[in-house]
Amino acid sequence: MEINTKEFKHCDMVSIEGRVDSSTAPQLSKALDAVTEKGVYKIVVDMSQLEYMSSAGFRTLLATQRACRRYNRGEVVLASVPVRIREALELAGFTELFRISGDPLEAVGSL
Amino acid sequence: MQTLTFPTTFDILDDIRTFVGDQARKAGFNAKDIYSIQLATDEAASNVIEHAYERKLDGRFDVSCEFRMESFIVILLDHGKAFDPSQVEEPNLKADLSDRKIGGLGIYLMRKLMDEVRYESTQAGNLLTMVKRKG
Repeated sequence: MEINTKEFKHCDMVSIEGRVDSSTAPQLSKALDAVTEKGVYKIVVDMSQLEYMSSAGFRTLLATQRACRRYNRGEVVLASVPVRIREALELAGFTELFRISGDPLEAVGSL
Repeated sequence: MQTLTFPTTFDILDDIRTFVGDQARKAGFNAKDIYSIQLATDEAASNVIEHAYERKLDGRFDVSCEFRMESFIVILLDHGKAFDPSQVEEPNLKADLSDRKIGGLGIYLMRKLMDEVRYESTQAGNLLTMVKRKG
């Protein structure tokens, strides 16, 4: 798994490439924490290159969404979610907790 | 039946998904079902490492799979602490963000993704059997 964080004027974009499971989720968690620790609470998670995500990844996203939504200071938006991952997120009831955007840059513009 | 033995470390999850994924593909399952089988097996193996062995790194467990009577069967056998997934409370998917519990999600997914999930504590060890029917 590889993670890239890009800074925009009003938000950060975190792009995940590869597979997120119990082995790699701590690395994702670290990358997302690094963003919120800077005081940035508007985050686009670009999933266009994501191949796989287990519940370990879902839990990481949930923890970050909680931190970002606190005091209404921001949110995590999921962008370009591959179909299999979207189906699993739906099964887990996560699609109601996140705004999902078809395009990462469009998501950046919406924040 | 094909069986592989794995150490109790999270970095083998990739190999487990490849193993069951290849077998399911050979059995003629579609991409969606293959992903379901891989995800359910990953969640089951993660639970074994996390709960049955409490992240002790020197354990071993077996993953077996076979295709029989139009069903794909995955069996996990471990010798760690008995852990019955059916005793785990289901997450409340209607709870809003602040009330959403962080645990129990893996087991919930296993039950949703597979047609059958059974757990038995036997003399040979803890046996978790999951079945995905074709079509």
